[in-house]
Amino acid sequence: MVDSGRGASRTKNTIRGATATPRRSSADERRAVEAKSRKKFQVRRKARPDSSERVSGALLHHQQMCRQSLSRLASTPVASLMTCLVMAIALVLPSVMMVAVNNIKQLSAGWDGTPQLTLYLRTNSEPVELMKRLSADSRIESLVYLSADQALAEFEQYSGLADITAQLDNNPLPAILVLRPELGALQGDGGGKLVAEMQALPQVDLASLDLEWIERLRQILQLTERASWLLATLLAMAVLLVIGNTIRLAIENRRSEIVVIKLVGGSDAYVRRPFLYTGLWYGASAGLIAAFLVQVLVLLVEGPAERLAELYQSRFELQGLGLEATLLLVVSGALLGWCGAWLASFRHLRDIEPR
Amino acid sequence: MIQFDQVSKRYPTGQIGLEDTSFQVDRGEMVFLTGHSGAGKSTLLKLIMLMERATQGQVRVGGRNLRSMGRSQIPALRREIGVVFQNHQLLFDRSVFENVALPLQIAGYSAQDTGKRVRAALDQVGLLDKEKLSPIALSGGEQQRVGIARAVVHKPSLLLADEPTGNLDPKLSAEIMALFERFNQVGVTVLIASHDLALIARMRHRVLTLKEGRLVADG
Repeated sequence: MVDSGRGASRTKNTIRGATATPRRSSADERRAVEAKSRKKFQVRRKARPDSSERVSGALLHHQQMCRQSLSRLASTPVASLMTCLVMAIALVLPSVMMVAVNNIKQLSAGWDGTPQLTLYLRTNSEPVELMKRLSADSRIESLVYLSADQALAEFEQYSGLADITAQLDNNPLPAILVLRPELGALQGDGGGKLVAEMQALPQVDLASLDLEWIERLRQILQLTERASWLLATLLAMAVLLVIGNTIRLAIENRRSEIVVIKLVGGSDAYVRRPFLYTGLWYGASAGLIAAFLVQVLVLLVEGPAERLAELYQSRFELQGLGLEATLLLVVSGALLGWCGAWLASFRHLRDIEPR
Repeated sequence: MIQFDQVSKRYPTGQIGLEDTSFQVDRGEMVFLTGHSGAGKSTLLKLIMLMERATQGQVRVGGRNLRSMGRSQIPALRREIGVVFQNHQLLFDRSVFENVALPLQIAGYSAQDTGKRVRAALDQVGLLDKEKLSPIALSGGEQQRVGIARAVVHKPSLLLADEPTGNLDPKLSAEIMALFERFNQVGVTVLIASHDLALIARMRHRVLTLKEGRLVADG
């Protein structure tokens, strides 16, 4: 117990001193007093963890929040699953489009993208002189001659119509020269000119550049790819909003806890941490579910796709997501979840202040 | 430790929280803050914790001018201060241990250190055997003691209490006050807002009296 006499005299001093001191004393004195009292403040702080301990303390908190937020999600499995499913479906749509594009790309990979110029030669024309002339042409990179017999053999091999051709008494196919023009020579209307020039050659029955449909296919693929990226961007925003809303509700539910944490000195980062991990888990689970759904869809269309390919005697195999894309999906889901949680907590945690 | 220099606080509604208040609390003092409800006791405590900011004048805590403190510095300030609330502000979804450990977790103590300090604090308030319980299973007085343990577990140099005996019977109130005195004896500066005048009178410490936002008596 402090005796009253001492208390009274001290209070007298302090009340007189306190009201007067800051105004009367010079700035220097005040600074000295502040420095002294700050020093005292710091001396007490020595009992606190030093920086390396604090780092491990923060790490510990990260670990705890990582685990705790996951078990919180697991404690309400149905609600969590619903949220994850909404996000997963948003992620499935662009993923399916990407898978489709990749498969068509694989299908068209047999044509490596550089167009061919095929010259169908008149029957009984002499190819040697023509070949000499064409190989001297700088616009032509390479040329391959297929005699009528070779052409028939190749046709039989690729079309699977050997039975039918065997019934023909003579070979209906002409000999062909397959030219691979230099890409530069096809720029602008160079392609058209080249075709016209070849068409004018006396040995050539028909010159056809297969550029057009390959070009069309490539454009369609590009368009689809672009569209799926746009769709992915839009749906990523949808995922952000879903996460944002979920986290906003979570914050609202834990308002009293946040107030207490802020009262005892929890920083914004500390308060935000559990919600960021919640977003991360939501996003990662949504990515995983999306990958699973895509795989299911691929399996469902695999049968019909392969039967269709069989009809064309092709050994086409439908490609699924693959490990890399699955990982990418999970990681980008997690990232989206984290970002959405960050946005929501940045907006809403500020509003929650102890009153 | 605490220095108010002509501090006024007016709320946006026009209500006056504090009016031209100046006083100083030295390190190691134990001071009561009293007055009718609405006299500005809570406002004064909130200004110290930067739950509110003064509209005029200077508030200094531990030599630091609170006016120059940005939003990001507030948590560090609050970590230097232990606070006991009338309504405890305990988290009922956590055990007593976890409630008391909260300030240590925030400050980044290791799990081992946290365990030691939490038990020491619970021992001081006589609740060592209740650490695993939920606060909801405790009586009002025990809950208040958990709040006190949480306020002192990180060994703050300043302890604030807002009506810590608000809804406790006289015997429990006296026990709680004796607890605050023990902390004061080991060097902690204590500032307690209370309207329990009889209890305060028995304690014989310095008393600041507020009336309508003004400091009307000190001694």
